[in-house]
Amino acid sequence: MQKSALSVYEIRQDFPILKRKVGDNKTLVYLDNAATTQKPFSVINAIHDYYSNYNANIHRAVHQLGEEATLAYEQTREKVAKFINASSTEEIIFTRNATEAINLVSYAWGRKNVNDGQSIVITEMEHHSNIVPWQILSGEKNAKLCYIGVDDRGYLRMEDYKSFLDKSNVGLISLSEMSNVLGTIVPLNEIIKMAHRDGIPVLVDAAQSVPHLPVDVQKTDCDFLAFSAHKMLGPTGVGILYVKRKILEEMPPFIGGGDMIKEVHKQNTVYNDLPYRFEGGTPNIAGVIGFGAALDYLNRIGMNRVRDHEIDITKYAMSALADIKDVILYGPLDANDRGGVISFNIADIHPHDLATIMNERGVAIRSGHHCAQVLMERLDVPATSRASFYIYNTKEEVDIFIDALHNARRIFKL
Amino acid sequence: MSDDIYREIILDHYRNPRNKGRLPNPDVSIHDSNPLCGDEIDMHLKVEEDKITDIKFEGRGCAISQASASMLTEMVLNKPLKHVKDLVKEDILENIGLTNLGPARIKCALLSLKVLKMSMVKYYADRDPESASKYENEPGAY
Ligand SMILES: Cc1ncc(COP(=O)(O)O)c(C=O)c1O
Repeated sequence: MQKSALSVYEIRQDFPILKRKVGDNKTLVYLDNAATTQKPFSVINAIHDYYSNYNANIHRAVHQLGEEATLAYEQTREKVAKFINASSTEEIIFTRNATEAINLVSYAWGRKNVNDGQSIVITEMEHHSNIVPWQILSGEKNAKLCYIGVDDRGYLRMEDYKSFLDKSNVGLISLSEMSNVLGTIVPLNEIIKMAHRDGIPVLVDAAQSVPHLPVDVQKTDCDFLAFSAHKMLGPTGVGILYVKRKILEEMPPFIGGGDMIKEVHKQNTVYNDLPYRFEGGTPNIAGVIGFGAALDYLNRIGMNRVRDHEIDITKYAMSALADIKDVILYGPLDANDRGGVISFNIADIHPHDLATIMNERGVAIRSGHHCAQVLMERLDVPATSRASFYIYNTKEEVDIFIDALHNARRIFKL
Repeated sequence: MSDDIYREIILDHYRNPRNKGRLPNPDVSIHDSNPLCGDEIDMHLKVEEDKITDIKFEGRGCAISQASASMLTEMVLNKPLKHVKDLVKEDILENIGLTNLGPARIKCALLSLKVLKMSMVKYYADRDPESASKYENEPGAY
């Protein structure tokens, strides 16, 4: 592996927010990266630059500003295609977020292709955004929603999956590559191979994987892939949907309006080429341009190094947590099988109380159901606390986090 | 600050809640939850001659929501039901001794009051739908 050109301490210099103080003059320890990440100067500046110097609507303007804006917007599409190794930019659609990307598939593709009596297979560890769209679709289509179970160690029960493939008429498999609660990274290659043997398409909710792992859509051969820019240094309001070209060509449009058309007549419309057909209305131009800068930033570090850093810090944090009395850790114990997301509970301290106590030390963690209530039911807990890491988190921050946990134990007289 | 919130009395009501459980034949039972954090509270009331003669709660959630529910049941037991209408959030926050909670955590502290108010309105609505509205608070009144 390449020797690190940028250390985590150098990286931190690029994130202005990491210098701010919270509460009683405490340095921010931001461990809520699975919810959204912080933004480096380069992303903030790219947005500032667009609005200051070449703000214009894209795609139709002939004037210089319009051309510059269109170019910058389309350059991000090229960067995205490269980042996930899509075979062409025509397969990259910008949406508002991962949620909208999944809904785009369920409305446009699902309505046409999922049929009465078929099953849609998801898993017990999905985010609500990969559950609710399929509940809506299966309600409309009289399809069945089937859940691959999660075992006690936090891994998918592959025997459930095999039995769905054997026994049901499956129309689609939709699953997250990495759980936002357990951190579990699923055996995607195997899952997709098995599905394709039966001609079943697979949607990958990559909201937690693309920001943290190298992802190659041609290698995994997934059919759909959805993620959000804001979870990988980019701005909010930008999501990405990758769809394999041969599926995209047959897919009806989702949102009708400007930009997605070639010709509009009184009674009919000729739709625009791919991928513009799926981007109705003025998009989040500044956001997409900002996201281009985020991709540049991650490329400079390299996704293998992002992954290595997270394995390292996750191992460190998990072993420190395991040493604290009454801590229950959820998800795989082997850091190689999981991302940098650690869910846990500690004695009878409710996660909301814990988050309040941690906040006082400047430590931002998340508490609650993490938009995964089906999984909470499976784990039989109302809520968990969650610490999640990114490229700028240090072991010193983990130490502060652990220290704050001891403080919580003291306050709760444990 | 946390040392002020999680005082002995809050931890005591959290770990040893008063009036927790169900009632055999409640006159009214209401459930509600806080979508933000998933705290849940059920209130069960026995009412005689417009007096709360028995009250139990069930619930799960953070120490603030559960201690607050426990303390609220003690506060209103053997009190006239219609007095519930006059309870405001300051009464609750003073009762539990937490007057400087942030906006997110205030919702935890007030969930049980919300459920109690819903219970009162339902009790009257079940008996006299016409007059029940006079027990409802204006939006944002408490
Ligand atoms: C696994 C997973 N899927 C989907 C989403 C939804 O992302 P967004 O809210 O950006 O649409 C999230 C975000 O929390 C997530 O963690």
